[in-house]
Amino acid sequence: MDKIRPAFEPGGKLHAFRSVYDGMDTFLFTPRETSRSGVHIHDSMDSKRTMIIVIVALLPCLLFGMYNTGYQHWLATGATVFPFWELLGYGFLAILPTLVVAYAVGLGIEFVVAQWRNEEIQEGFLVTGILIPMICPVETPLWMIAVATAFSVIFVKEVFGGTGYNIFNVALVTRAFLFFAYPAQMSGDKVFVSSGSILGLGGNATADALTCATPLGQVATSGATNAAQVQAAITDAAGDPVSLWHMFLGLIPGSFGETSTLCILIGAVILLATGIASWRIILSAFAGAAVMSLIAAWGATPTYPAAYLSVGEQLCLGGFAFAAVFMAPDPVTSCRTNVGKYIYGFLVGVVAIIIRVYNNGYPEGAMLSVLLMNALAPLIDYCVVEANVRRRMKRAKAAE
Amino acid sequence: MADKITNKQIFFNPFSKDNPVIVQVLGICSCLAVTAKLEPAIVMGLSVIAVLAFANVIISLIRNTIPTNIRIIVQLVVVAGLVIVVNQLLLAYAYDVSKQLSVFIGLIITNCILMGRLEAFAMGNKPWPAFLDGIGNGIGYTIILIIVAFFRELLGSGTLLGFQVIPPSFYEAGYANNGLMILPPMALIVVACVIWVHRSINKDLQEK
Repeated sequence: MDKIRPAFEPGGKLHAFRSVYDGMDTFLFTPRETSRSGVHIHDSMDSKRTMIIVIVALLPCLLFGMYNTGYQHWLATGATVFPFWELLGYGFLAILPTLVVAYAVGLGIEFVVAQWRNEEIQEGFLVTGILIPMICPVETPLWMIAVATAFSVIFVKEVFGGTGYNIFNVALVTRAFLFFAYPAQMSGDKVFVSSGSILGLGGNATADALTCATPLGQVATSGATNAAQVQAAITDAAGDPVSLWHMFLGLIPGSFGETSTLCILIGAVILLATGIASWRIILSAFAGAAVMSLIAAWGATPTYPAAYLSVGEQLCLGGFAFAAVFMAPDPVTSCRTNVGKYIYGFLVGVVAIIIRVYNNGYPEGAMLSVLLMNALAPLIDYCVVEANVRRRMKRAKAAE
Repeated sequence: MADKITNKQIFFNPFSKDNPVIVQVLGICSCLAVTAKLEPAIVMGLSVIAVLAFANVIISLIRNTIPTNIRIIVQLVVVAGLVIVVNQLLLAYAYDVSKQLSVFIGLIITNCILMGRLEAFAMGNKPWPAFLDGIGNGIGYTIILIIVAFFRELLGSGTLLGFQVIPPSFYEAGYANNGLMILPPMALIVVACVIWVHRSINKDLQEK
């Protein structure tokens, strides 16, 4: 790397690609610049390292997502034996194109914009690029992923000033864009189980067998009138009922990375142990969802069948756990103050369950609730800071 | 400054440099409401041109007799009368489009561009410049409406003026219409893109 450096200095012939060089150099080695004056304490935790730890935390979900994609496919084709490596390989091949497209489009835009602005390449897209495939249905067409990624990177991140200035979570906006722009490809019962064989792996099933809605989708359309019927409505691709343990493990149809609550919890432990995610937000999000589930179950009516789900099911099903661990604590778009973090997390949980239960049109509420709270986060911070100022003013007055 | 501007500038400035939508940022609400399809957008634009031109002339004619205290009320009465005329004409000769536009023709009354032009221009100028100003601003508004509606209808429905322009073979290859384009938020984003392009061409409009 050092040998080719002169070509990228101002005046060198490859100066136009300076930010690309710089990005690769600091990604592979340590930054070259040291502070020019005074004494500074340097920590090796720059934002690249932070992002890499988030990726490590996402790995369990990613690997499990691959296995589950294969598992759902095998199940839908009517198989009774589940060869582990073939399942994993099938899932890997199913997710790979989406991953490549998301990274290519997102990083392409980042590189061009960085060059344009004469800035360093920001590494924020490392995480976003892996999150996008994980929160979309397996069968989403690639060009839709590309369009949605370009839209959200440009309009949510770059126009507001790049990494660290985005007002919403970029990956979630990608999903929201897909959800509203192409509803037929993003919901329903045909998209969450991968069909067809890839490179000889997996069998070809008839189209009928390959439809299976997510559990929340099944509940929303079931018309169940009591808790037992709701339980019966949740079936896997082979038509068998699903236990809470399966929901926790994640062997259910759903978007790629969100199904396994267990793997999400492993990721959460990594994030919390390294101090990257705020435990205040994660904890209060789960608390908010649990409280709201209890309220919903207490006042459940047949109009809203999802209200009959138990607290455990509400927390394990759908994208809630994934959103609470990997989306809500995003330090850029969440609250900065500690009190604000509690309020923010709690409301993420409450709103997610409200949307999920009381709007049968949207079986999944976590995406919209995190986006809504992203928008409200600065307001919460403002109120918390103002309240603190007022309290201290009062104390100062009392002391006089 | 006003007496330095020639009639030509009065007419042409609102097209780009002084565009009511993308520079003065007026009339955004109707921009959201009527631009999902190209046809209603064009009809809406024409209606605004007509109402704005005649309202400007009438107000300009009576500008010296309007008592200052009640000038807004007088302006509203004039605009309301013209809007009713336009609405009746549309009902008579273009019933389908007027159904699509529904209340938005009536809501031309509350269009900020109208009150803005009446207050800022017609109250202080002779009828002929006021007429040109009305036509110019109406066309400036219509241009933006057509640009926004063009992209929204093309990407959202795959049609232009109701004709299918995206070939069916695209749909067979997996293309799908972008449902978000039909929803109002996309109108704001398209307007933002138009402003973005416009400001990068006209650097003097950029805020520091």
